[in-house]
Amino acid sequence: MYQIFSVLGALVIFGLVIDFIRRGLLKEKYSVLWLASALAILALSIKKSFLDTIAIFLGVDYPPSLLFLVALLFVLLMLLHFSVVISIFHEKNKVLTQEITLLKNTLEEAGVIVRDEAKKAGEAEKAPKVRKGRGAGGRPAGKKS
Amino acid sequence: MKKRPKTLIIIPAYNEEANIGGVISDVMENVSEAHILVVDDGSFDSTATTARRHGVTVLSHPYNMGIGATMQTGYKYAAKKGYDIAVQVDADGQHLADQITHLLGPLIEKKADLVVGSRFIAESGYRPSLARSAGMAFFSRLVSFIIKEKVTDTTSGFRAAGRPCIEFFSHRYPDDYPEVEALVLLHKKGFSIMEVPVKMAERKGGRSSITPVWSLYYMIKVLLAIMVDMLKRPD
Repeated sequence: MYQIFSVLGALVIFGLVIDFIRRGLLKEKYSVLWLASALAILALSIKKSFLDTIAIFLGVDYPPSLLFLVALLFVLLMLLHFSVVISIFHEKNKVLTQEITLLKNTLEEAGVIVRDEAKKAGEAEKAPKVRKGRGAGGRPAGKKS
Repeated sequence: MKKRPKTLIIIPAYNEEANIGGVISDVMENVSEAHILVVDDGSFDSTATTARRHGVTVLSHPYNMGIGATMQTGYKYAAKKGYDIAVQVDADGQHLADQITHLLGPLIEKKADLVVGSRFIAESGYRPSLARSAGMAFFSRLVSFIIKEKVTDTTSGFRAAGRPCIEFFSHRYPDDYPEVEALVLLHKKGFSIMEVPVKMAERKGGRSSITPVWSLYYMIKVLLAIMVDMLKRPD
């Protein structure tokens, strides 16, 4: 019985990931691990004897728990992958911000931006400004479909 | 023949409106030939406006990025504008501008690529707490061992960098708590580091970025960073 659930679950995840890629909500680059984990769960749960053989070989007494182990390992792998991606973004974000800071200075020197005391008034809005724009990355992709 | 080195004083500042003015005037009085750059790390107070009123160049980060990124912005500016020497001076008034000449000497004579002002070589009047001095002694031992040269004050942010160092820092500088790690990075790259005795003042206002709660995190983070740097491929 659990087989039906895990096969269905794996298929739903697979289908969702493919659909997200198709609609441009998910980059191919970040879908590989998802597809791999869906396929692994699918392969392990589609034939009962297959899961049982591997479980016995690995010394796992209760075969369905092997599914949990595989799923958990994939989850950990994905989290690690996210940490790496976030670190890369962090670095790129830092470089961009420094670049903007220096550019602002160049524009000031060229007289394109004029500083005045009125700037102080705008300072208060600074904090909320940083928070906005989150999740906006997914939108432009909508043009594709 | 002897050209005066183009010198930039980099002052990283985060919410230092109480101290920044005094620090700038102090530097202007003591090192009149140098240019001053304040890098405002997204302060909420009037740090940037106060600094601008003193007639120095101010770069403002749009949000708070931490001391490492702030210093690096300063070094990027120094690299872009062709400065020969960049001096780091804290905005809290701890670093005394009349001591800057001590840092500049070895650089001008090309004796070192980076000169660090140390509170521990000579009597400087600096009295850290017991826990802090234990931590500082530990890092001093560790860094001295790694770079095979005695460094007494690894956490000192009172430093002067020559042109090659400026260029290196402009594309590689540690993120947070950068002082100790920067020494290890420089050593790995083959730069020479030299310490000179300096006097420092007690903090006049504001708070130190390293509170007791964070000191353990600080130790672990820096230790980890150093170990990882030792393993990393040179890039």
